[in-house]
Amino acid sequence: MSLEFSPRPGAAPLRRQVLAQAAMESRLMLRNGEQLLLAVVIPVIVLVGAVEGAHRVGKSLDHPAVDVFTPGVLALAVMSTAFTSLAIATGFERRYGVIKWLGSSPLPRSGLLAGKVGALLLVEVLQVSVISVVALALGWDPNAGLLGAALGVVLGTAAFASLGLFLAGVLRAEATLAAANLVYLLLMAGGAVVLPASAYGAFGEVVRWLPSGALGDVMRDALIDGRTTWLDLAVLLAWAALGTILTARTFTWE
Amino acid sequence: MSASAPAVQVDGLVMRYADKVAVDELSLVVDRQTITAVLGPNGAGKTTTLETCEGYRKPQRGTVRVLGLDPVRDRADLLPRIGVMLQGGGAWSGVRAMEMLRHVARLHAEPLDTDLLAERLGLGDCGKTPYRRLSGGQQQRLGLAMAVVGRPEIVFVDEPTAGMDPAARRTTWALLQELRDAGVTVVLTTHYMDEAEQLADQIHIIDHGRLIASGSPLELTRGGTAATIRLVVTRPFPPGSPDLLQRSLGDPTEVTQLDERSLLVTGPADGSTLAKVSRWCEDNDVLPESLTLGQRNLEDVFLQLTGRELAP
Repeated sequence: MSLEFSPRPGAAPLRRQVLAQAAMESRLMLRNGEQLLLAVVIPVIVLVGAVEGAHRVGKSLDHPAVDVFTPGVLALAVMSTAFTSLAIATGFERRYGVIKWLGSSPLPRSGLLAGKVGALLLVEVLQVSVISVVALALGWDPNAGLLGAALGVVLGTAAFASLGLFLAGVLRAEATLAAANLVYLLLMAGGAVVLPASAYGAFGEVVRWLPSGALGDVMRDALIDGRTTWLDLAVLLAWAALGTILTARTFTWE
Repeated sequence: MSASAPAVQVDGLVMRYADKVAVDELSLVVDRQTITAVLGPNGAGKTTTLETCEGYRKPQRGTVRVLGLDPVRDRADLLPRIGVMLQGGGAWSGVRAMEMLRHVARLHAEPLDTDLLAERLGLGDCGKTPYRRLSGGQQQRLGLAMAVVGRPEIVFVDEPTAGMDPAARRTTWALLQELRDAGVTVVLTTHYMDEAEQLADQIHIIDHGRLIASGSPLELTRGGTAATIRLVVTRPFPPGSPDLLQRSLGDPTEVTQLDERSLLVTGPADGSTLAKVSRWCEDNDVLPESLTLGQRNLEDVFLQLTGRELAP
């Protein structure tokens, strides 16, 4: 067989392009050691640490510690992938001309975005599986608020991903790396992700309007009490809309 | 009609960055199934022109048509039909070479066989190497493979052989020629004279964003018949030397001063002209260090048009 260069141009069907892009991006994300640390290792450490810590301190909670902390750790995992990992990966894609080159390929912008969302969801499924297995081993007994939890993951991903893309679009790659990690650490400590907003006293009234607080509370309400909290979901939707508008206005390929 | 439109048609293109004019009233046509070189020094506006054809930039003034389509407005229709090699990058730093090429192939309807293409470009041995660990030349050959794997009608290649070793350069040239022979239009930018001269069917020379000459290599060098004489002397020329020499040689020849110790004579520079130059040196107490007779090449063309050397 030999190479036949005569022109035979054409785009692959969009669905195939999007699947290829999603497969490629998720593979690259999972291959990267730091990103894997962020995606799986840190949430698992936080979960085990919080549950063990609660036992040691002997703090009495309304529910078993693992039931209280697992929903928040799932929210943390969504935040790490949809915000931090996506922002860092996209920042370096801009730096290395990947986004620019893809702009000359048959893959349309909407296809690129769909591929990224697909990759995020794939990684999140993996994260949720690992964290759930660890939590179940620690005695987790979730209340089946599946609708609220699923909507929380989807809208939380939309909110954090649009904000992550905004960050990657306005900063240089190194600055994106630093800022995305810093924001992640700040929100993990003070953003009402793992601990409920009510645990922060008066400050909780502020952080519950952050995407981190809203997502954490949605997950807790769904998986502890089996409730769907529409107000918090609306907060996530509003952040997603804001992030999308900001990204659409500012994102450039170089 | 789009079917008979030229591969590329640029009319009165103007592009400015802040206060700098990158492209200034540029007009040119690229015929289909040719290798067309856009030649010029660094900063001449080559990449900006190419990126406007690729739809990355919107013309600030003038029009650009590629295969009869507007690269910005008709982007979705045009992109599957063109292949692009950027001046650098374009791949994830952690992606393996073949993984990247296969990914690009999956975006196209009827891609080339990726293994054969990689082997052809000498990428067979580094297929599993992450992009960031490929040599500069390997990264460029992968970039070329990414541009052609979708079987495009036109490929735009920006400085395809910059920094390549001679063997990789020959492989690249051979591939571009084969593409042209198979019916693909190749548009390349280069600041290498020999690349344009040996590879291109048509050359557009641009400088300061303006088109200063167009033609085949033979046309631009006037069929290679006009020879040149390059005179280098031991001490700087006395003032007024070019004019004096011009007068003693007569009209059909043209004398250009290159620097304080060298002159270029173009025209019917045959043996008798050579003798005249030699006699002029003797009469004017100028001691030649070297006196070389050569074919007029693109370097001389560029020099005469701009008064500057093209080589960086």
